[in-house]
Amino acid sequence: MEFDALTLARIQFAFTVSFHIVFPAFTIGLASYLAVLEGLWLWRRGDVYLHLYRYWSKIFAITFGMGVVSGIVMSYQFGTNWGPFSDAAGPVIGPLLGYEVLSAFFLEAGFLGVMLFGMNRVGRGLHFFATLMVAAGTLFSAFWILAANSWMQTPTGAGFDGLQFTPDDWWTVIFNPSFPFRFVHMVLAAYLTTALIVGAVGAWHLLRISSDPAARVMVSMAMWMAALVAPLQLLAGDLHGLNTLEHQPAKIAAMEGHWEKQRGAPLLLFGIPDMGREETRYALSIPRLGSLILTHDWNGEVPGLLEWPPEDRPNSAVVFWSFRTMVGLGIAMIALGLASLALRRRGRLYSARWFLRLAVVMGPSGLVAVIAGWITTEVGRQPWVVYGMMRTSEGVSPVAAPAVASSLALFAVVYFAVFGAGVYYLLQLMHRPAGADDAGRPPGAPERAAGITPAPSIGREEAEAPQ
Amino acid sequence: MTVDLPLIWGLLIGFAVLMYVVMDGFDLGVGILFPVIGNERHRDTMMNSVAPVWDGNETWLVLGGGGLFAVFPLAYSVLLTAFYAPLTVMLLALIFRGVAFEFRFKDPRHKRAWAVSFAAGSTLATFCQGIVLGAFIQGVAVEGRGYAGGWFDWLTPFSVFTGAALVAGYALLGATWLVMKTGGDLQERAYGLVLPLTTAVVAAIAFVSVWTPLLHEDIAARWFSWPNLFYLSPVPLAVAGVVFLLARAVANRHEVQPFLLALALFLLSYFGLGISLFPNIIPPAVSIWDAAAPDASLLFLLVGALVLLPVILGYTGYAYWVFRGKVGTDDGYH
Repeated sequence: MEFDALTLARIQFAFTVSFHIVFPAFTIGLASYLAVLEGLWLWRRGDVYLHLYRYWSKIFAITFGMGVVSGIVMSYQFGTNWGPFSDAAGPVIGPLLGYEVLSAFFLEAGFLGVMLFGMNRVGRGLHFFATLMVAAGTLFSAFWILAANSWMQTPTGAGFDGLQFTPDDWWTVIFNPSFPFRFVHMVLAAYLTTALIVGAVGAWHLLRISSDPAARVMVSMAMWMAALVAPLQLLAGDLHGLNTLEHQPAKIAAMEGHWEKQRGAPLLLFGIPDMGREETRYALSIPRLGSLILTHDWNGEVPGLLEWPPEDRPNSAVVFWSFRTMVGLGIAMIALGLASLALRRRGRLYSARWFLRLAVVMGPSGLVAVIAGWITTEVGRQPWVVYGMMRTSEGVSPVAAPAVASSLALFAVVYFAVFGAGVYYLLQLMHRPAGADDAGRPPGAPERAAGITPAPSIGREEAEAPQ
Repeated sequence: MTVDLPLIWGLLIGFAVLMYVVMDGFDLGVGILFPVIGNERHRDTMMNSVAPVWDGNETWLVLGGGGLFAVFPLAYSVLLTAFYAPLTVMLLALIFRGVAFEFRFKDPRHKRAWAVSFAAGSTLATFCQGIVLGAFIQGVAVEGRGYAGGWFDWLTPFSVFTGAALVAGYALLGATWLVMKTGGDLQERAYGLVLPLTTAVVAAIAFVSVWTPLLHEDIAARWFSWPNLFYLSPVPLAVAGVVFLLARAVANRHEVQPFLLALALFLLSYFGLGISLFPNIIPPAVSIWDAAAPDASLLFLLVGALVLLPVILGYTGYAYWVFRGKVGTDDGYH
């Protein structure tokens, strides 16, 4: 591994984008969850939903803020570290990202202020509308970003003259072969991620105070979500895999650690793919299961890395394990969902302590799976930046390695400091139970130590609060 | 097709950058003024005055960058590589500034640390933007389709000066914003800051106006040839007029006028820059037509921009309307 400018730029991109994706993955799901909570409050008038709405909207605000600032870095990073790629692919990817900003980002940013501080200033209907718009904005965001990324994975609808890509047909660019699969897979991942976090927070509070009504609602809603969406995600992932086999067979070979093209291929449960020796060492496998999963046929033919010259192979050592991490966590989520159904039937969902502890432990699993999935698809795309058309090495800026190294070091220090503090605050908020101190105070009320908010205004807020 | 798409887009990107400068300008300015206003209660009020709108304002920065990527990819590629260091520092500074909004109220024990993060982040981000502006005016070395200059080409006396000038400029926007949005003691302090800052800004404008033509003969020719001189002479005169009105508005304790006049000062400077640099998107030699993406890209995004920009402007205005009036200490993050 040589730390040249290309490697450093790739590490920098991987580092900043992995940090970034954590926040949107959580906020896409959380925005929808908040819309559901507010809807339930307006419809059923249960105070518990309002408490939950206020509780999670504070967490949403912090997470969204971190998503915004880390996202701005991404929008400039293409140009700083990937100048030639930006120049070549800008005509295709640029407008997709432009639409993302126009439609989604503005929608979120424009209505977020009303959603977070406006409950006293606008009517209930309008406030609910603002929440819905923020939720829609996060989904628009995902749509356009996934369209751009999918086009880099399966580029269609654009010609390439060696200098620049020229779009011929926007419909084909946006709805490229892998886009529908990738989009569904990512949105479900975001919903699951949020459900697991909400469930973990609810379970944490039930372990401490078993009668907390808000915590019960959290666990109940989250586990319905996990029970329904986790199996659905397995199906979506399977279909996405079939699509990848069709369009990016080398990626599949690397994910599976297969070197020989073969029929009736085994599924490797364990192995250490060795790119230099062109073999997967210490392989532990189940016969024929690989073909069954990948082709839905015992004797289906699956690709092997030796079909491609060494310089065209993605790094199997990385994607073999990132893929298994993602799938393993997915199976654990399905198990959690099934366990919740069984406990629910016996009326022990809120009291089975082993299950609540498991739910707490599973809290971050969605985020880990999201990062593992992105590593799989992005490292699996290598050595191409635009699959089969432009190599990653051709797309890197003519930047000296020391410059990239120093900016990478800066990013690492700042990200760990700032987002570390952010995550610490989030955990602090999650540690406090929902309910009591959120009651009877509008979301605009500053949650601060006494002495900053003048006493008269506290009285005024309570008078204005929706009853 | 006789429609000049690159020209339309050049104007649109120019508009996005202007929107960014005037909107994020005042909220960065509020951060720049943090060290001047020591009182923590006042600082709460200052932060709350921009809390509901800051991330909407910052979105214009993404739109400017994203728009450049989509319609002038060559310029995006060259400029961002050329300004690698100041842009990276700017992005990191904006992170410190952005998270401070949330964290400062969340963590009373480290309130001072997040105030420093907010102030230093705002100031450094502004300074870097000013450096980029100065380096941009100076011009960027291009060969073929790539950046051909060195790592520190952006660092010159001129760019450091424009960096400092922009800090003064945003601080002026911040001070006039506080005059508009606050009352009592804090408003009085903000009033006191307006004229000293205006003096600094006008001096900087004059300095840059003299310096820029000296950097480039073609810019000098554009301004000082007849009849251009006749058409363009209102620009400096208008600046003088705005300064006069600003002084009078402060003396008469008008609340909204100072902010609008400070914006006018920015508009005039921006207009002057536009005249100097048009039609180059990478001064001194790459024009908007050289750097434009294929028409298919320009047209596709233009449809969305023409539909969505008015909507965005409409409800951005609406968000400002919802949060109109004086800000109390109790309207912030919670």
